[in-house]
Amino acid sequence: MADVKKIATRESYGNALAECGADFPNLVVLDADLAGATKTGVFLKAYPERHIDCGIAECNMTGIAAGLATCGKIPFISSFAMFAAGRNFEQVRNSIGYPRLNVKIGATHAGITVGEDGATHQCNEDVALMRTIPGMTVIVPSDDVEAKAAVRAAIEMQGPVYLRFGRAAVPVINDTPDYKFEIGKGVLLKEGSDVTIVASGITVASALEAAEMLAADGISAEVINIHTIKPLDEELILASAKKTGKVVTAEEHSVIGGLGSAVCDCLCEKLPTPVMKIGMQDVFGESGPAAALVEKYGLDGKGIYAKVKEFVK
Amino acid sequence: MNKLELQKTANEVRKGIVTAVHSAKAGHPGGSLSAADIFTYLYFEEMNIDPKDPKKADRDRFVLSKGHTAPGLYSALANRGYFPVEDLKTLRHLGSYLQGHPCMQETPGVDMSSGSLGQGISAAVGMALAAKLDNKDFRVYTLLGDGEIQEGQVWEAAMFAGHRKLDNLVVIVDNNGLQIDGKIDDVCSPYPIDKKFEAFNFHVINIDGNDFDQIDAAFKEAKNTKGMPTAIVCKTVKGKGVSFMENSAGWHGKAPNDDEYQTAMADLEKIGAELGGAN
Repeated sequence: MADVKKIATRESYGNALAECGADFPNLVVLDADLAGATKTGVFLKAYPERHIDCGIAECNMTGIAAGLATCGKIPFISSFAMFAAGRNFEQVRNSIGYPRLNVKIGATHAGITVGEDGATHQCNEDVALMRTIPGMTVIVPSDDVEAKAAVRAAIEMQGPVYLRFGRAAVPVINDTPDYKFEIGKGVLLKEGSDVTIVASGITVASALEAAEMLAADGISAEVINIHTIKPLDEELILASAKKTGKVVTAEEHSVIGGLGSAVCDCLCEKLPTPVMKIGMQDVFGESGPAAALVEKYGLDGKGIYAKVKEFVK
Repeated sequence: MNKLELQKTANEVRKGIVTAVHSAKAGHPGGSLSAADIFTYLYFEEMNIDPKDPKKADRDRFVLSKGHTAPGLYSALANRGYFPVEDLKTLRHLGSYLQGHPCMQETPGVDMSSGSLGQGISAAVGMALAAKLDNKDFRVYTLLGDGEIQEGQVWEAAMFAGHRKLDNLVVIVDNNGLQIDGKIDDVCSPYPIDKKFEAFNFHVINIDGNDFDQIDAAFKEAKNTKGMPTAIVCKTVKGKGVSFMENSAGWHGKAPNDDEYQTAMADLEKIGAELGGAN
């Protein structure tokens, strides 16, 4: 996929906020000294009076957003996933989740594609944390098109939303004329009959790549993009699992608590099906170039291909 | 309201606190009673609010950052007419709209859910910021415990409020001197409280938080303070008004039994009689 256009979803996030600024006058964007990295700086440039830098104090930023939301604002809080979801978990739960306030959490630099900064900044636990909060919507966009659509959809819905973006540039895969984004609706990207690959975020492109390689070996893989981890599109997953009888999940996140667990929660209750979870296998990441880490931890096309091939054998 | 009316009202608020906690068989009477005069002043004198329209757009806001003293807030709201005083007896009961800690979705008049210490002040700061962003003149009040200010988030919020010169924000510290494990200066001293807020660019006023003359003067001074937020550090008596609860850390989070309840109500009836009966 060498010729494909690549954009980091954090770029998409900043651009989408700026694009939505005019349509939503109540939109305000909060950051914690990372506007250059989270790309909320793009919004700052367009709407300086509606961008609030809270300094390096994520927990306070979360509470400020809650207070703003009680007064009718639509606040986005932005930081790295490690802090937006990790450091902040209890603030998000009690100050945003419990009162069901209309705050959106734009978390960038999620997962191992943070790269060189290493394990302290590579959050592989955020989806697990956010998914447990009652009423929280959790979205993991796969590319630029989806990330921008997700930001707009999050603004248009009432209630808390966690949006997960990445640092590294990823291929644009959804720039098709019929692409439509709907919160809670998965996307069937490729039909198949032998195995279902359910992916989210950067692993969607990897899964498509893997499916091509599997096809060359005579294995027909169905590929589903689950951009909304919560609420999960159970209907789509159940229908596919019923057809193929084997499910593989792939995510740039711990296999504990994320997409894989969400899919298993659904299948074990409604249609017990063999599942293999690809992701971070209960380990911390490490420093290195993003692409090298993705390869090492088996989240690229080749890695998914090898695992799926072994699974369907 | 004049001073005597405020004193009488505060005594009714205290009766409501004791009755609610007794009925719940759990809850936090000590810090509710110490702050009863502050709750009373805010809801009966200071704030621009309407019990018939609890969500009125440009009303003043209150965030009970020390959310465990919900009985004090609930009793003030009930006595102010947001809901029946009789309902205070449902505090903490299954199905009640009076949750153990304030829940903005359940209780009329509650502007923010709170109870996890250190978080309420940040929400209050967000409300004050919202007023500034929209050029509105509503004011925001938040009440913190003196133990609560051991939480780091309080100082994140104070730094931001000072930096943004939020002069529509009043941070009230209920300095009753006691927390669950004992005296605040034995556990982990937050003193000097006033100097700390001054260092965060607040205008600071030290008062006796159980004296309505001083409370009245302080809130008027806060209103006239421009270009910086105000912190009112209120020296209070934990358990104020109930003889056996006063200055006792043991009554931080404990309900009176039936005998203790009778004694507590007798204490408050006596205070009421000395004030010359009901308003």
